[in-house]
Amino acid sequence: MLNILVNNFPELMSGLGYTLMSSLIALVGSLIIGTAFALMEISTHRWLSVIGNVYVEVVRNIPLLVITMAFYVIVPQYIAQIDGFTAGTIGLTIYTSAFIAETVRAGIQSVAVGQMEGARSVGMTYTQAMIQIIFPQAFKIVIPPLGNQFINLVKNSSILAFVAGFDLMYQGKIIANATFNTFDTYLAVGVLYLILTMPLSYFMRYLEKKWAVA
Amino acid sequence: MKKLHHLIALIGLLSVLLIAGCGKSIASQDVLQHAKQTNTIVWGVKADTRLFGLMNTKSGNIEGFDIDMAKAITKQILGPKGKAELVQVTSDTRVPMIKGGNIDAIIATMTITPDREKVLNFTQSYFAAGQSLLVKKGSPIHSVKDLKKGDKVIGVQGSTSVDNIQKAAPQATVLQLSDYAQAFTALKSGQGVAVTTDNGILYGMSKQDPNYVVVGGAFTKEPYGIALNKGQTNMTNAMNKAINTLRKNGTYEKLINKWFGDIPGFDIKEVE
Repeated sequence: MLNILVNNFPELMSGLGYTLMSSLIALVGSLIIGTAFALMEISTHRWLSVIGNVYVEVVRNIPLLVITMAFYVIVPQYIAQIDGFTAGTIGLTIYTSAFIAETVRAGIQSVAVGQMEGARSVGMTYTQAMIQIIFPQAFKIVIPPLGNQFINLVKNSSILAFVAGFDLMYQGKIIANATFNTFDTYLAVGVLYLILTMPLSYFMRYLEKKWAVA
Repeated sequence: MKKLHHLIALIGLLSVLLIAGCGKSIASQDVLQHAKQTNTIVWGVKADTRLFGLMNTKSGNIEGFDIDMAKAITKQILGPKGKAELVQVTSDTRVPMIKGGNIDAIIATMTITPDREKVLNFTQSYFAAGQSLLVKKGSPIHSVKDLKKGDKVIGVQGSTSVDNIQKAAPQATVLQLSDYAQAFTALKSGQGVAVTTDNGILYGMSKQDPNYVVVGGAFTKEPYGIALNKGQTNMTNAMNKAINTLRKNGTYEKLINKWFGDIPGFDIKEVE
């Protein structure tokens, strides 16, 4: 395994870089999109909530590979010329956003109804109550499940390998084919993924402790 | 204490993985003997490559020149009742699969190369392919020399063609996809300017969609051989003998004509 790491260090590091970049973009993007759709889902406005629900149900029930291939193959033919890295990252963002929407929705809904009623009764608007009263409480509740989603996201970024996105898995496949040493290569790739996901995992645990629900 | 437990668990997990990696391969038994006992040879074949091995979605069977060769060779070795079991492989799964003992032999448009001969046994060449380019009709690219800096050329992971194109056109960017169907789809959606691989495979794509043409002739020699795990000398010899017999009794020529006889621009004499 060390052989593989040493001999292919530049390729693996470049792959790690692409994986990290794609994961970061998708993490921020899916958190924003996911939260927006969560708010739509719980909206009292009927059409907003229908759109939110349909989006979540459609997206989370399609395999990530299908979504990504759609962006890689169909979008360039009709809409815009995007490469594998872009297509993979967009696919990953959209796919993860549906799961984050569900997580955030569950978090918001688990805050007692009385909190919203109380906030409104002292004169806050719906938006003010959401931001100042509900969000801070919901955020603490959703940290553990959000951490799960983020870790899944980093691992799912290996989807880039299927659309020539130059990520860690893509480089791993090429190295495995060049060296015929499949086992050691994927072991090395696995360890490099651990280097990305373990700190993330511990960071989420740290947040969980720091903002523990009192 | 808790941290120490974590550390021990992690070390334990890694050592299990390492031990698994050092284990002796189960694929070391003699495949010829095993094939005779079960009356079956398990072949790794392509299912995404027109003319060589392509899944016929109507019948559910894989069809192509490689498949017919596999069946003919099986009958030569095991007799008329011998069964050829077909297992789908891709360019990047075929070597791990033969190393793991999932398949006995690979007949999947596989070029004989010195690197591969270090880890595999090869039979004599049964098809002399050469690498070429497939482009959209009317493309400014007429040969490998026309590839400019920044041009994206699509290849398939685990095939020799990606190394060859990097040598023949170092200024171009190579995108590696997982199979030929996906590579052709990517070309159609404009992810690259050309697909590069062996001419036999490219002619198959061109036959499927005549808007795409093979240009520039072959710029490498790619002799296809049947691959077996390293050390399977008995089976390698038996297959070489079978290929010789098929060449002599006319079966080989009949199969070449069946699959490549009616393809415009393809010279049968070149590949035999």
